[in-house]
Amino acid sequence: MRDTRPVLLTLTTTRAPATDLGYLLFKHPDKAQRFDTAAGPAFVFYPRADEQECTAALLLEVDPVALSRAHRGQDTGLGHYVNDGPYAAGSLLAVALSRVFKTAMNGRCEARPELAASPIPLRVHVPSAPCKGKDLPERLFGPLGWQVDARTIPLDPAFPEWGDAPYVDLRLTGEIRLADALRQLYVLLPVLDDAKHYWVGADEVDKLLRAGGDWLAAHPERDLISARYLKHRGAYVRTALERLTELEGGEVREEPAENRPLAAVRRETVLGVLRELGARRVLDLGCGGGALLRELVAEPTVTEIVGTDVSPRALAGVARWLERLPERTRERIAVRQSSLTYGDPSLAGFDAAVLMEVVEHVDPPRLPALERVVFDVARPAHVLVTTPNIEHNVRFPGLTGLRHPDHRFEWTRAQFRAWADAVADHRGYTVAFRPVGPDDPEVGPPTQLAVFSRKEA
Amino acid sequence: MDLAIPDMALVVLIGASGSGKSTFARKHFAPTQVLSSDFFRGLVADDENDQTASADAFDALHYVAGKRLRAGRVTVVDATNVQREVRAQLVKLAREHHVLPVAIVLDLPESVCVERNAARPDRDFGAHVVRRHRTLLRKSLSGLAREGFRRLHVLRGQSEVDEARIVIEPLRTDLRGETGPFDVIGDVHGCRDGRKVTVAHGLGESLAQLEAETPEFRAAVRDFCDGLLAHYVLDGGRLVVAHAGLPERYHGRASGAVRSFALYGDTTGETDEYGLPVRYPWATEYRGAAMVLYGHTPTPEAEWVNNTMCLDTGVVFGGKLTALRYPERAVVSVPARKVWYEPARPLGAFTREPDSLELTDVLGRRVVETGYGEVSVRAEQAAAALEVMSRYAVDPRSLWYLPPTMTPPPTHRDGDLLEHPAEAFADYLDQGVREVLCEEKHMGSRAVVLARRDGTGVVHTRTGRAFFPSDDLLPRIADAVTAAGLWSELDTDWLLLDTEIMPWNVKAAELIKDQYAAVGAAAGSVLPAAVSALSAASARGVDVSDLLERTRGRADNAVAFRAAYRGYCGGPVRIAPFQVLASAAATYHTTPHLWHLSVADRLVEADPDLFAPTRRLAVDTADADSVAAGVAWWTELTSAGGEGMVVKPAANLLMRGKRPVQPGIKVRGPEYLRIIYGPDYRDEANLARLRERQLGHKRSLAQREYVLGLAGLDRLVRGEPLWRVHECVFAVLALESDPVDPRL
Repeated sequence: MRDTRPVLLTLTTTRAPATDLGYLLFKHPDKAQRFDTAAGPAFVFYPRADEQECTAALLLEVDPVALSRAHRGQDTGLGHYVNDGPYAAGSLLAVALSRVFKTAMNGRCEARPELAASPIPLRVHVPSAPCKGKDLPERLFGPLGWQVDARTIPLDPAFPEWGDAPYVDLRLTGEIRLADALRQLYVLLPVLDDAKHYWVGADEVDKLLRAGGDWLAAHPERDLISARYLKHRGAYVRTALERLTELEGGEVREEPAENRPLAAVRRETVLGVLRELGARRVLDLGCGGGALLRELVAEPTVTEIVGTDVSPRALAGVARWLERLPERTRERIAVRQSSLTYGDPSLAGFDAAVLMEVVEHVDPPRLPALERVVFDVARPAHVLVTTPNIEHNVRFPGLTGLRHPDHRFEWTRAQFRAWADAVADHRGYTVAFRPVGPDDPEVGPPTQLAVFSRKEA
Repeated sequence: MDLAIPDMALVVLIGASGSGKSTFARKHFAPTQVLSSDFFRGLVADDENDQTASADAFDALHYVAGKRLRAGRVTVVDATNVQREVRAQLVKLAREHHVLPVAIVLDLPESVCVERNAARPDRDFGAHVVRRHRTLLRKSLSGLAREGFRRLHVLRGQSEVDEARIVIEPLRTDLRGETGPFDVIGDVHGCRDGRKVTVAHGLGESLAQLEAETPEFRAAVRDFCDGLLAHYVLDGGRLVVAHAGLPERYHGRASGAVRSFALYGDTTGETDEYGLPVRYPWATEYRGAAMVLYGHTPTPEAEWVNNTMCLDTGVVFGGKLTALRYPERAVVSVPARKVWYEPARPLGAFTREPDSLELTDVLGRRVVETGYGEVSVRAEQAAAALEVMSRYAVDPRSLWYLPPTMTPPPTHRDGDLLEHPAEAFADYLDQGVREVLCEEKHMGSRAVVLARRDGTGVVHTRTGRAFFPSDDLLPRIADAVTAAGLWSELDTDWLLLDTEIMPWNVKAAELIKDQYAAVGAAAGSVLPAAVSALSAASARGVDVSDLLERTRGRADNAVAFRAAYRGYCGGPVRIAPFQVLASAAATYHTTPHLWHLSVADRLVEADPDLFAPTRRLAVDTADADSVAAGVAWWTELTSAGGEGMVVKPAANLLMRGKRPVQPGIKVRGPEYLRIIYGPDYRDEANLARLRERQLGHKRSLAQREYVLGLAGLDRLVRGEPLWRVHECVFAVLALESDPVDPRL
């Protein structure tokens, strides 16, 4: 869509003479000015400018073409075109803020240096601030001294059952240095949205520290802010947190060993079982990004590894990793596209097949097809199946529903056993069960594992 | 002299250098049938006489020969072949492909060979080479027959070579000239007292019974048995009858492996709980074009599995005797009078795996012959579709059809409209179609409904995902079909319907909420605030007039945008069928659209709360008044909030040369397009850009997906195997993976 759409932010002060806001912002109160930003043209004008009160408005006419370029490859279907992004403040507004009020954000003001250095009464209004999390505005802006008024916006008043839109009508009131206010908005508006429109690069860590260095270190939501700002990119998040911790003068925190991610425990358990079984030729069915493959190639006793996945995109990622392996290692491993609902005789004859966190992504009516493909067509000597134990979900704080949006089901221990026993019986296998992760006396382990072994003819 | 060569043979020429093998091959075979070692030496080494390249040359020769034999083509190996080991490799190659190896020896005097070589400037080797060849050949001659050659022809001297004539003999199994009709009878054990012909079970008893017969009868039985072949290929290769079944690679072939498979099947070496051999389920993997009829393993019911049928329904075990009438494919069964022989495994213990699909049925580059032209699918399109099909689609066994995409008309150039009926009518007139039918386009979600008489069935979206608009939808549809009297009229117990299910938000709730409503909500909050801020600035004398006017316009557009999508949300679930895709009895591609809508009307009459009618108007594209009436009708529909209309050739499927005419052109209303293109799309500058939209790919895609859909339905109704139907359905999804502007 090539039409342009507005995003609005207003800043008001009542500190007399209020028109000094023009000096602080480096924008004349009686003029409307236009700036070109990466997100589209931005206009600054003053709806009110007198002794008592002065309001500066930043109106950004987002260029959706620029936006869709930033989205390229991430979205499909109509949602890509009719996108709410352009109307929403979020990171686009942050980008415009830093472009238009760059000097003010640095706290420089030759005309009114003492004013720039002191807290002034400020009101901020963002009529549609994208917000993922009801209490988030209070949690983010409250600790910084703002009085927060965030009103939810219904998706459509004609259909109240649809609930609220992912926006708030955000009003902040406080006594704060203008430069700090601008920096906080710059960092926190995208965090509120949790959907930065552009790809996070390593230099973003530096930008975050520059903008947040003096107030972010002590913010109680520091981890959340860093993680969301850097869009959950693990390596960057850790770097930023370590540097923030240094700024704070504290120690770099390490995750305690018993608190290892469940995925790592799962892989270790699976590898342990494969070692016990003496499996030399191993299938990883549904290998995804290849986390298990990486550990399998490090096992010297495993001589042949074939990873399959139905997603060409996942396989492309694994293929890039494969290319970097030493030749001798690469000869032991192959990945290719396959599907667990289409028979693939080329997967026959292996010692073991691993289906790690795979079955719960298959619609229950299609499970018999999976059973045929794995247990009849591929028919390895052993099959390892891991899947979540839904009983354990109560132990994950804040988890409602299933563990992943694509999970078609999660089984109790009894349901998993019933399925596995029936499969073993019907397909000529025996089956044994093991816990993965701490076996809670009440609700069992977080992950359950079934080890199937083919009955010899 | 006639040299008989069985069809599908590997012909090995044997003779010393200079014995005239190449000349002989040239005379009797097509150039492409002859693989000469000299030629292959040239291919791998740029020198036909470079003996150091022989190993690579024979490697390549064997590879090509293997490809030819797999395709069943007569292949001639033109090399000296005087060494036993070299011939052994060729015999092995022939056996691997189940064709018969034949040797033709050119036994010419040494002097002739030497003289010929001397006459050729490129053969500078001495007479000793020919002498060595001759020595090896003489040693070989006596043992050739034992080396495995099924026919051996030795031509002594030039006159015999000159008089030789090649005669291709059909194999004994080859009865392709017999076109039937045939009655194929499953198993004749025990169908008449004392006349057990096969010896599978109760061999001892059978032999004892034979002992009691007259010697003449025993001789007749022996001759009959001797004359039996393990399999026959009939009716131009369209029908194969084999005792225990036969995979396609063995059809019309001859080898011990072929005979063994045809007689006993492919046993895995394991035995089941009744002590009977476990047979490899070759039929579930069968993908051949020929129908295969077989018996040997009794099954409770004769059922089609991938165009094969086991006709042994265990009459000897008290089951029934089954025959199939060919080509009608009609199955006739007669129950056994009694249990003639107690089976080791109860007949009912047999369970057949349902039809299944293999990865090779769908992956890789494919060309689908639709009967309406070929459609090719690229490997990466198939790869993308595999993910969608595997992760999201309903079971392929009830996924018979995916609707094709539909093209909009050529873009309208005037005023503030992007689409207008005039272009659709003109487009059909251009394609030579005068009679068109305009059908109201319902604003809901496209749904394919498989409704069975018993109230079960499947509803799925245009990408094959399950769709549950309401719990009682399928039983209610079945009731309505019953009330309309359509089951009996169409002689079917299921119907496949192309429909639109309303309201829009039944299926598209997420899309509407996450995208359209969110756009409306954000706009509804920010635009009034922006307008009021700008008005305040303007009142202070700041010049923001352009910006204010623009923002006001957007505020109005946002209101219209909300109104547009709201019009399609809410209300009870209703279904508007507009085409009967198939029934057990027939497809309806060539039945006029008015008939399809008359079926829909009868369903509406039967259950007016569930079924929504589809309004329609016939237009003659060559008649200006009629076209004007069509335009007026569309204007009326869309200004009342309708999505638009679809213009279709009234006759339904029309071919124009090798390609079908576009099956439909959708003409969407201006307010509906606001939802698609955004609130401000009718601003002049935006329209100018939108008019640059490219339709060529969309139009071609619509045609290709359409014929794939027709082919899948044709195959379904013809009773073809699952993989053949799925090939078409999968191909539609694969084509949909192409990046096409989704707003078209």
